[in-house]
This record gives sequence, structure tokens and C-alpha cells, in this order.
Amino acid sequence: MLRQTEGSQAVARAVAMCRPEVICAYPISPQTHIVEALSDFVRTEELAPCEFISVESEFAAMSVAIGASATGARAYTATASQGLLYMAEALYNAAGLGLPIVMTVANRAIGAPINIWNDHSDTMSQRDSGWIQLYAETNQEALDLHIQAFKLAEALSAPVMVCMDGFILTHAYERVDLPSQEQVDAFLPPFEPRQVLDPAEPVTIGAMVGPEAFSEVKYLAHAKQMQALDLIPEIGAEFAGMFGRDSGGLLRSYRSEDAETIVVALGSVMGTIEETIDELRDEGVRIGAVAIKSFRPFPLEEVRAALGHAQRVLVLEKALAVGIGGIVSANVRMALSGIQLHGYTVIAGLGGRPIKRASLRRLFAEAIADELGPLTFLDMNWDVVQRELDRQRGGRRPGPHAENIIRDIGTVAAGSH
Amino acid sequence: MFQVRIHGRGGQGVVTAAELLSVAAFLEGRHAQAFPTFGSERTGAPVVSFCRIDDREIRSREPISEPDALIVQDPTLLHQVNLFEGLSPDGYMLINTTRSFDELGLGEFVKQFRHDRLLTVPAADLAREHIGRPIPNAALLGGFAALSGLITIGSVAEAIRDRFTGRMADGNVAAAEAAFDFVQTEIRDLAHA
Repeated sequence: MLRQTEGSQAVARAVAMCRPEVICAYPISPQTHIVEALSDFVRTEELAPCEFISVESEFAAMSVAIGASATGARAYTATASQGLLYMAEALYNAAGLGLPIVMTVANRAIGAPINIWNDHSDTMSQRDSGWIQLYAETNQEALDLHIQAFKLAEALSAPVMVCMDGFILTHAYERVDLPSQEQVDAFLPPFEPRQVLDPAEPVTIGAMVGPEAFSEVKYLAHAKQMQALDLIPEIGAEFAGMFGRDSGGLLRSYRSEDAETIVVALGSVMGTIEETIDELRDEGVRIGAVAIKSFRPFPLEEVRAALGHAQRVLVLEKALAVGIGGIVSANVRMALSGIQLHGYTVIAGLGGRPIKRASLRRLFAEAIADELGPLTFLDMNWDVVQRELDRQRGGRRPGPHAENIIRDIGTVAAGSH
Repeated sequence: MFQVRIHGRGGQGVVTAAELLSVAAFLEGRHAQAFPTFGSERTGAPVVSFCRIDDREIRSREPISEPDALIVQDPTLLHQVNLFEGLSPDGYMLINTTRSFDELGLGEFVKQFRHDRLLTVPAADLAREHIGRPIPNAALLGGFAALSGLITIGSVAEAIRDRFTGRMADGNVAAAEAAFDFVQTEIRDLAHA
């Protein structure tokens, strides 16, 4: 059924239709609307049987999800930003124990400076935690990916993170096609745990493993993600067959087959990139894009096949690896090992800075002319940076960067009004 | 594509207005996308929201810098924020105020726009009358339906009823209809002036 609704509400409905038995959550923007809606569904028994557990922190949220999943319950939680960092230790445990928890991350920047807006710093920081990471481009895809995520998690016995851009998707109203409960039930069978803590048949989960077997157990987690490279497209195809639309998969190409220049990105910025590409295509520029949907596992072969014929590849990413630059681009370059082409890393949209079509046009033109540096910061205000660098050189105790810069540019321009 | 930017203050339903506008457009079978400028929303602080309406899927997610229409929920923002930034000479604008453009000090400024597309409506007064509180968003949407013809007042009412129930729904629908009538009369008067 078509509905005009908020991304968070759409995801909450999709999660509810997956019949989770335990939902635990600690509120943090921009994820809050999702678990608020779910708590309402539990209260009104629209979602039953399900236990909604309000916990005291994100660490507790993931710990409760681990406990619930280990006792055989379908478990769900959601978080963002600092919340994801706070559950980091438990994230590794959930993955290491092979528990099929599904979690929404409403992508948000990480402080300091504190910032509630969108970028991918949070999930990128946990890319090696053993969780599968799927990135949604639209609210429709976010909704669809949650339904696929439970199936994938339970088929592999591994946790899955569905990453959707905070605010840009979670708080956007747009048209979504909500499936029926019957459709979701037909697609997603009840959870049959591979391992379960049951007092009637006691077992241990989470034994200490020494040097004699640690590598082997860790390798098995890697092997699971390699299996996911086959399963993700299979589940995506099954989903398309039942629900009548393509969602998910490992990656998606857009007008890139004959492209000399290919832009690679993740998440909701793809729409703005596609609009820009259409404009340039109308002018005869051979440019296309590739959206990476599954960042973990990273589809090395598929990325190589999708990009290998290009003359240049521009990776636009919403996270900065301080001290080197790109994260996604490092992975893309591994996929392109041995292939000679121009590779550009562009850091954009940090802390919610809008990614505008006009800026993308300028950026792509510079790339096509091969005038871009290897690492570019889209729409960076270099005057502000230079002033602060000068100040820091200037004298004793120049003060903190963030406060100095906000004083320079003014509160309204700083967007903190 | 038609792009609307809504300016107001935290507590005036700026975000809700864009959402309701998108629902009204959806009800008419169109694609619509509504989103706020996100921030640490506080009561009284300037807030901006956006709505795009099109006959095909809307892919772009950048903020609206060149709106086809502006809705201003709080005229005191005129002195604080560059409200008119990017508005085309053919653009529409509706301001919640009991004062005229001349009284707002905008008499000269608005001459660069089409006079039949720039109107004021006492939305807060209409809201106070029908809802009991000066929340102008629903009334402004009713006025906007009359000003732009982009959506019908019936769809605005349906969108309001989709969101609210009981007296809240009735009051907001009544405020929207009153503003619709007010703006229609204004336009008729302008045409005969």
C-alpha cells in the first residue's frame, strides 16, 4: 500500500512486520522516532508477542539484544553516532558469537565537536566489527532492507546493520510502498536459532578461545561474510520476485556501462548524484555512478567489474579517516588492484553539510579534466581553516578550534541557531 | 518540479507544515518529498522546512535554494534571516501577518515580484479563532492552496485529518478553510483593483 510517511515510521512498520520478539533501545537522535513508533506498536499490542525493553545505555541495549538473541528471540535495536560507539564492545561480541541481531543505524556524525547531523563516521568506525553493513539510498529501500536483513542475519547467523542517513532519510516524508503482513510472513519464516541458551538443554556460548583456535574462529566470521556475498543478491532477487521491486543487492550501477568517469558513493546522496549525472549526460559527458549497497562484506569482484573499464573513479564519501583521508576509497582501490586509472577521493557532507548539485557539477568537471587532487574536501571553506591555522601559530593559548571558528563565522552561519 | 520553502520558529509547526503539504500532494497522486533543516530544535529559534512536488520520483535531496514559493510563518524573521534568498521573480510568497507589505517595510522590495503572487494572511489570528492557539501552519497551507492552486483545499483538509483527530483536526481544517477563503477574496480583489 502506498503511503506518504516519514522514513522512521516506514522503517518502524517494516520492523514490526518482521515480528521481532525483543526490542531494546536507548533514545538518541536521529534514530529516536523509529523506536518510539515501535514502543507504541508494542504498547497497543499491534506488535505482539514482543517485549520492549527500555535500557539505561546503548551498551545495555546491545547487551540485552545479545541475551535475547542467544535465548532464541528475534532481536532488534537501533542507534546512531556516539550511541554506536558506546556499544562497540558489545557489537564485536554479537558478531563474534554469531547472533543474528538486526540494528538500524541512523547515520550521524561523531564528536568532538558534538554534532547531531548526518554523515557516515559512526558506521564506518565499526566496519570491521563483524557486522554486515547495508546502506539504504531511499526510505523505500530502508524499509525493504530491514525485511531482507532479518532473513540474511538468520540465514547466516550473523548480525546485520541497516544504515540509513540520519535526518535526510529518517526525518524525510516521501512515498513508500508498505507491504502487507502476509507478504512479509511469506518471505520471512519464524526465527530458528542455530544455537540457543535453554535451561532444559544447557550449553555455553562465548567460551574463551586461546591462540590454538582464535584465528580459526575469527576466520569463520570472515567466511560467513564471504557467504553473504552470494546470499545478499539471492535474497534481493527473492525479494524482487515477491514484492515486485529491486532493493538491496551488493551494488547498483547507474548509466555507468559506457562511462569514462564513474562516481562511487553510499546512501541517500545517490539521488542528488544521479540528477547531476543526468544533466551532464544531456551535455554528452560520459559519466555514471555506482552505489555500494553492501559495504560489509565488501564486494571486491563486483566493484572491479563495475569500475574496471573507466578512465577515472571518484569516490565520494561521508567520513574522514583522519591521517589518511578516505575509507570507502581505500576499499575501492583494493578492488581495482592492478588496474591503471585515475582515482580521486572526495570527502563530502561531513556533519550534515548539504551536498549540492551545483557543487557536484563543479567537482565532476574538475575530475573529468583530471585537475582534482587525490584528496578533495567538497565545499570546504579554506579561509576559515587558514584563519584558524594562523591563530594557532600566533601565540600562546589560542583556544579551542570549534569555538574560535563559530565566533568567526557567526552563530546563524554556523547553523547552530 | 515545484519547490516550497517554509520559514518559521520552533513551536509553530514548520516541519509539520511541510509534511502536511507533501501528504496533500501525495493524495492528489503526485510525488512529494518533505524534510526539515535539522538542528537542535528549540522553541522560538528559526526553523526552515522544505517540500518538493513533482509528477515523477524525486531524487535530489539538497536543501531548496531556489524556491518556487515561500511560506513565512513568522514575520519577525524578516529582520533575522534572508527569507527571500533564491526566490524567482515569478515566485509565490505567503506571509502570516496582519500587516501589509508597506507596513512591514517591504513595499519597495516586493515590487520586483508579481503582485498577485505575494500575499499576506492573518494566519495566527485565524488559528487563534479556530484552534484557540496561534499556530499558523494549517491556516497558511489553506491560504497557499488558494494562492498557488498547486493543491486543493480538500487535499489540505484530508492531510490535516490524516495527522490529527477530534477538535485538533476540526479546528485546523476550519482555520485552513478560513485562510483559503481569505486569500481567494484577496486575489479576486487584486484582479479587480
